[in-house]
Amino acid sequence: MSTQREKVLASGIDWHVIAESEEFKQMMAKKKRFTVSATIFFVIYYFTLPILAGYSEILNTQIFGSVNLAYLFALSQFVMAWVLAIVYVRHADNLDKLVDAIIQKNKGG
Amino acid sequence: MAFAIFAAFVIATLFITYWAAKRTANTEDFYAAGRSITGWQNGIAIAGDYMSAASFLGIAGMIALFGYDGFLYSVGWLVAYLVVLLVVAEPLRNSGKYTLADMLAYRMNAKPVRSVAALSTLAITAFYMIAQLVGAGGIIKLLLDIDYNVSIITIGILMMLYVVFGGMLATTWVQIIKAVLLMGGTVILSIMVFAQYNFNIVTMFDQVSLKFGQEFLEPGLKFTNPLENVSLGLALILGTAGLPHVLIRFYTVPTAKDARTSVVWAMFIIGAFYIMTTFLGFGAAMLVGHETILNADKAGNMAAPLLAQALGGEFFLAFIAAVAFATILAVVAGLVISAAGAFAHDFYSNVIRGGKASEKEQMKVARYAAIGVGVVSIVLALMAKDQNVAFLVALAFAVASSANLPVILFSLFWKRFNTTGAVTGMLTGLIASLTLVLISPNVMDPENAIFPLTNPGIVSIPLGFLGAIVGTFMSREPEAEKKFDELYVRSNTGLGAEE
Repeated sequence: MSTQREKVLASGIDWHVIAESEEFKQMMAKKKRFTVSATIFFVIYYFTLPILAGYSEILNTQIFGSVNLAYLFALSQFVMAWVLAIVYVRHADNLDKLVDAIIQKNKGG
Repeated sequence: MAFAIFAAFVIATLFITYWAAKRTANTEDFYAAGRSITGWQNGIAIAGDYMSAASFLGIAGMIALFGYDGFLYSVGWLVAYLVVLLVVAEPLRNSGKYTLADMLAYRMNAKPVRSVAALSTLAITAFYMIAQLVGAGGIIKLLLDIDYNVSIITIGILMMLYVVFGGMLATTWVQIIKAVLLMGGTVILSIMVFAQYNFNIVTMFDQVSLKFGQEFLEPGLKFTNPLENVSLGLALILGTAGLPHVLIRFYTVPTAKDARTSVVWAMFIIGAFYIMTTFLGFGAAMLVGHETILNADKAGNMAAPLLAQALGGEFFLAFIAAVAFATILAVVAGLVISAAGAFAHDFYSNVIRGGKASEKEQMKVARYAAIGVGVVSIVLALMAKDQNVAFLVALAFAVASSANLPVILFSLFWKRFNTTGAVTGMLTGLIASLTLVLISPNVMDPENAIFPLTNPGIVSIPLGFLGAIVGTFMSREPEAEKKFDELYVRSNTGLGAEE
């Protein structure tokens, strides 16, 4: 059984060359831009809930009958997470195409 | 009646274990189900692995007794999966083999990093396991009037049988069946509750408000310290992505793309489930009443079963009891396989035997490790009878978020990061979480606790990051920096990933 390291060497992939290649750098730049902005967005969105619940009365505002802002905002967190997950999958599917091109080019040999 | 449903579940899962055992020949089968699970199957299994009896019975009870705060509590359990999806799932699948330590040790000096990572995994799993088993013993006693010791030993033996013989394949299908049963039971209960209010949300809320006052629908009945909520939120959001028993599920799918698909499936199931707990909680509060719920169990754990009884009689109660039993089994089986991997794959095969153990030897040790983990868990759970162990779940999340997550992030994204940093980071996170919980109101008298918060995340997570940074700058490791490109390209493209 070969170790991970031996397998990689045998596959002949030059990781450094790929890491420095323009295609890979561009793919990573796109990926990071999305991940960082999405993360900042959902972290702020999520923590707004416990902070508003703890430090203000605004969530007690009743919207439909007894249904108040607290419930609607908490429910919106679920929707936010689902929508963001779907948006991420679309974005990642696009990145997959760039990754496939990188893999084709560097498949070892 | 309950016994018949029970027996049906046990026979079905043992049959699956028999089927899976014939397909479990090597370590890849044992730890990763031969990477044969599809994305959507894995998504359901993740939901089954994650939604514990604490979620099902605990949150329904919390909503029944404290209204809105129970719902507030459940939001973080779903949002946490965004970190898993965006940052951890795909790189882990691309760079590891069987355990979390595979990724952490990738570019480091393997022995120290694997040892500490195995320690952290074992700590998290032990805390989670004891919380599950002790809770299970109490719940099964209430539901079926079976003796605590008998139910712990029954659950313990079943979880060992699944894992030792059927490995990850059996564990996966037990988790899938459990998730389907749990969702089925929850949907039926929710619809029955909703029907009482002519399927009108506003009517339901108005009725609840009329009976318990509008405060019941507002924040503040249970959580009075806002800092506590923020600290809990941090531990949930950063801890879920560091839970070993959730993360190893990503090794069971063929590619990183399937790992991605599985998180999305899991998120829809888990989210739908937590939204429905509101119906269970309100239904129990309205139709059963606070007094009856509290008389059955002070913590409110009996809210959902009592609701089932009120709506569907003895048969439905038996069904929900069986669902709770399946829920517990699926979670503890996942914990056993995760701890067995930390011990057998990380500690034995890679640290003690330096990666030289034969496939046959590794398989044997994996099975023995699963038996060992099972026996130790049973003994600990028997000893912890009548102890309040609910805080152990908070502790597990604190360790996962403070010890594991900083090191996961740094090894993936920080080139300068090295062995010393990984070891100091994990140890700092682990020790900080343990210490802060020991001096918190969880363990000490709430009036005189040295550390005021029950969830230490807001302090222990930054300490975990700090420990990793300081350790990194204390040493230089050109080899780890040189291998960064390899891990970076591999984790982001899947080149060279285990197939």
